[in-house]
Amino acid sequence: MNKRILIVDDEPNIVISLEFLMMREGHEVRVARDGEAGLAAVRTHRPDLVVLDVMMPKLDGFAVLEAVRSDPDLAGTRILMLTAKGREAEQNKGLALGADAYMSKPFSTRDLVEKVKELLDRT
Amino acid sequence: MINGPLIIGISFAYLGLLFAVAYWADRRAEQGRSVIAHPTIYALSLAVYCTAWTFYGSVGRATENGLGFLPIYLGPTLMVLLWGSLLLKMVRVSKAERITSIADFIASRYGKSQVLGGLVTVIAVIGVVPYIALQLKAIAWSFTILSHYPEVRMPVHGDGPFWADTAFVVALLLAAFTILFGTRHLDASERHEGLVAAIAFESIVKLVAFLAMGLFITFGLLGLGGPALPPIEGSAQLKPLLEPSISPFADWFAISLLAGLAVMLLPRQFQVAVVENSDERHLRRAIWLFPLYLLLINLFVVPIAIAGLLTFPDGTVNADTFMLTLPIAFEQPWLALLVYIGGLSAATGMVIVETIALSTMVSNDLVLPALLRRWRRRPPAADLGRLLLTIRRGAIIVILLLGFLYYWLAGEAYALVGIGLISFVAVAQFAPAVIGGLYWRGGTREGALAGVSAGFLVWIYTLLLPSFAKSGWLPRAFMETGLGGLDILAPMALFGLSGWNEITHGLFWSLTANIGAFLFVSSLRAPNAAEASQAGIFVDASRRTALASAPLWRGSAEIAELMRLAERFLGSVRTRTAFVQYARSRGVDSPEALPADAETVYFAETLLSGAIGGASARVMVASVTDEEPLGLDEVLNILDEASQIRAYSRQLEQKSQALEAATEELRAANIRLQDLDRMKDDFISSVTHELRTPLSSIRAFSEILFDDPDIDVEQRRRFLGILVSETERLSRLVNQVLDLAKIESGHADWRTEVVQLQNVIHQAVSATEQYVEERGCRVHLELPGESAMVWGDRDRIVQVLVNLLSNAAKFAPTGSGKVWIGLSRADAAWRVCVEDNGHGIPESDLELVFEKFHQTARGGAKPGGTGLGLPISRRIIDNLGGRIWAESTPGKGATLCFELPAHPSHPTD
Repeated sequence: MNKRILIVDDEPNIVISLEFLMMREGHEVRVARDGEAGLAAVRTHRPDLVVLDVMMPKLDGFAVLEAVRSDPDLAGTRILMLTAKGREAEQNKGLALGADAYMSKPFSTRDLVEKVKELLDRT
Repeated sequence: MINGPLIIGISFAYLGLLFAVAYWADRRAEQGRSVIAHPTIYALSLAVYCTAWTFYGSVGRATENGLGFLPIYLGPTLMVLLWGSLLLKMVRVSKAERITSIADFIASRYGKSQVLGGLVTVIAVIGVVPYIALQLKAIAWSFTILSHYPEVRMPVHGDGPFWADTAFVVALLLAAFTILFGTRHLDASERHEGLVAAIAFESIVKLVAFLAMGLFITFGLLGLGGPALPPIEGSAQLKPLLEPSISPFADWFAISLLAGLAVMLLPRQFQVAVVENSDERHLRRAIWLFPLYLLLINLFVVPIAIAGLLTFPDGTVNADTFMLTLPIAFEQPWLALLVYIGGLSAATGMVIVETIALSTMVSNDLVLPALLRRWRRRPPAADLGRLLLTIRRGAIIVILLLGFLYYWLAGEAYALVGIGLISFVAVAQFAPAVIGGLYWRGGTREGALAGVSAGFLVWIYTLLLPSFAKSGWLPRAFMETGLGGLDILAPMALFGLSGWNEITHGLFWSLTANIGAFLFVSSLRAPNAAEASQAGIFVDASRRTALASAPLWRGSAEIAELMRLAERFLGSVRTRTAFVQYARSRGVDSPEALPADAETVYFAETLLSGAIGGASARVMVASVTDEEPLGLDEVLNILDEASQIRAYSRQLEQKSQALEAATEELRAANIRLQDLDRMKDDFISSVTHELRTPLSSIRAFSEILFDDPDIDVEQRRRFLGILVSETERLSRLVNQVLDLAKIESGHADWRTEVVQLQNVIHQAVSATEQYVEERGCRVHLELPGESAMVWGDRDRIVQVLVNLLSNAAKFAPTGSGKVWIGLSRADAAWRVCVEDNGHGIPESDLELVFEKFHQTARGGAKPGGTGLGLPISRRIIDNLGGRIWAESTPGKGATLCFELPAHPSHPTD
């Protein structure tokens, strides 16, 4: 089951770990290092799932989420929010804006892989 | 054209006008729109001081001894300077104690003594009745002289029966007017609004008349030639005027002092200045307006005197009548009539106010105490208010008739003509008791009695009896030899004191005896309870504000009894109203609920004082209450307590002010704390976020390595490398957070030493050598030859430089990075700049980079630092007294600079 995954995060080492995990699962992985680049990549590459960090330069994760959700062409894009801010208010905001799942850093790699699988299986 | 009926008609019309003014003012007062509650009206009413004696007599005095008339007005002008304290105190005390007269004032001060009040009243009546007679004479004479118009003829005294004498009619008329406006209310401490308005009006009329006359003489006769006057030079008549015989120093001083005292102590002056005062702030205007009035009314005295002496050189015309005879001689009927009205104003104003004041004193301080003694045996009828009014009205008639009688008997005698100043000396006897009582707590009732009596007796001996002798009523030998033929007791040269005029002489001896006796007798014993209590009220008058005096009273009383007592004098309606108001002020619903304590008894006594005077009020209240006498020790204790309470309340006030300030500070501190709290929350939230990031990597790679043993060696090495560097980042972060907290809390240890910046830079460069090399970066140094010395903590400066260097290396492009370190002199400081060739910092972020956890992803790459390096650096440099800032040309790199003050002992040039 080969899916397209987009990782949007400004923290290089986290990107490396996520890239490794997704590729190990056999997915096709692309990386963006800030919100703007991330949104552009969503539009051009139409990933099945986006792993989206919240705190990023230029455009934060919530803004990217909103833009994706308000674009009918991009319907069906799964979004997994990943944030270092573990507060509930943040989670709720993300879910209210239409994120499919929400995980806080530091995350368990196994849980993350499971969650990604689950989201991709939904279709 | 001017004849008797016309003058009578005009006189009546004028009195009618006065009546109308008074009536109108009373009406307005009832409607609550008082006309006399105005400082100018107050100042004008004080001018009741200027009587017919001023109006006609000043010219007469000027013909005898030139400017000798002036001290009578100079004295009050100087005395006015003391009013800010003296009169203000008198007004305050009188309002608080509802004092009704000068006698009441003195009696109240010395423990509400009936005897003292009576004595003062007797002296006032004896001293002032002849003065009233003088006014009656002035009115009668001016009427007679004017009725002979156009003939100048001096009136002849006493031809015909007394009831046909003009003065008799005048006395009766004035009695009627006085009764109408002076005794409408029982409460003598209540103001007589109508009366004061009429007096102020009269003051204007007499001033206008005098000025009109003065202008006519000065410009009409003397100035512009006018009808032929003999030349002034060499005229024998003018000799006494131009070469005054009055001895300059002693007499001027004495008469000024005398007049200055009289202007406050004459019963009528006390009435208008103190009792009728509606607002103590009015004193401020009176202080300059009253002296101005005196100046104006004296402006033309000398010209009129000169004109009179030149016009009537043969001495057949009495100089006291020049004011009236001059316009008649020059055939100015209307001016003569105006002067007549002016004189009438001066005389009636004085008579009316003086009579009211005296009648209050007679009824409250003479008649009532006698009645009280009788009532002790046989209780009186219920309504005493009406009786009191009748007494007061009777007193008015009696006083005016006494005045007429004196006039009738004395006639042209010296005893009447010279009475003005003699009268003044009599009332000056009140001065030691009044002024001493306002500033000295030690005066006692006996002291005041002794002083006033001694002064009065000396007055009789040195002034009154000689004036009788001069009038031929006593053998003239009396004046020369004195009592029992002893020269040393000669009334006009007592103890051999001669050379002064009789007034100065009499004033000197009477006041000497008075003050001496007052001080000596007062010193014989300490003040008792009643005296000490009143002394406190009087002496502290200017300090006492809303705080009611703490009355020194202990005993038992019943409210119903007190009210019944007040009702008998004031009527039930007024009593009820006053008690209800008082009850409300003490916070209880009805008078019946009032506590029967010292304060309530004091209130009832004060209320009654307004009607019957302080001394009688005390006796009446004592008759319905059970007072326990207080010993001196207790009095002193209470006074002590009162002053302690005052001190406490002052302290409390200060404390409460301090508390208020402290509250304000606390509020500000609280706001600051809340801000700090919010900043701390933000900081903790940021720190957590920064901790989570490296932790995420560490956890992720640990799990990957754990779960996946088959990862190839190369990748494993790389992942382990990440683990190491993220762990380092984590511990660096923890260290820096702790470091920052230490600096911010002020607990950091700072060494102060002389640091050479070249050394520090070399040290920092070698500390970062490895990292810089890893980044493929090259470092260029630009250091001056001379050594750059600053004060500071060497390790901290190294810390800052390492920070800046690693930042620069981090943001410089990998491989081709270049970092320049420059050291240069900037005025009194050394400046270090670290420059890189990276992407630079946007203009808007130049300040933000120094904020905690603000990390700029310069050139899109995550810097990977802690976000605390620059904030810490800024705090270090601030602490060392320098400054740090960032400059940048975006795209071409960033420059971070700091300056530290150059060490003064190492000048660089």
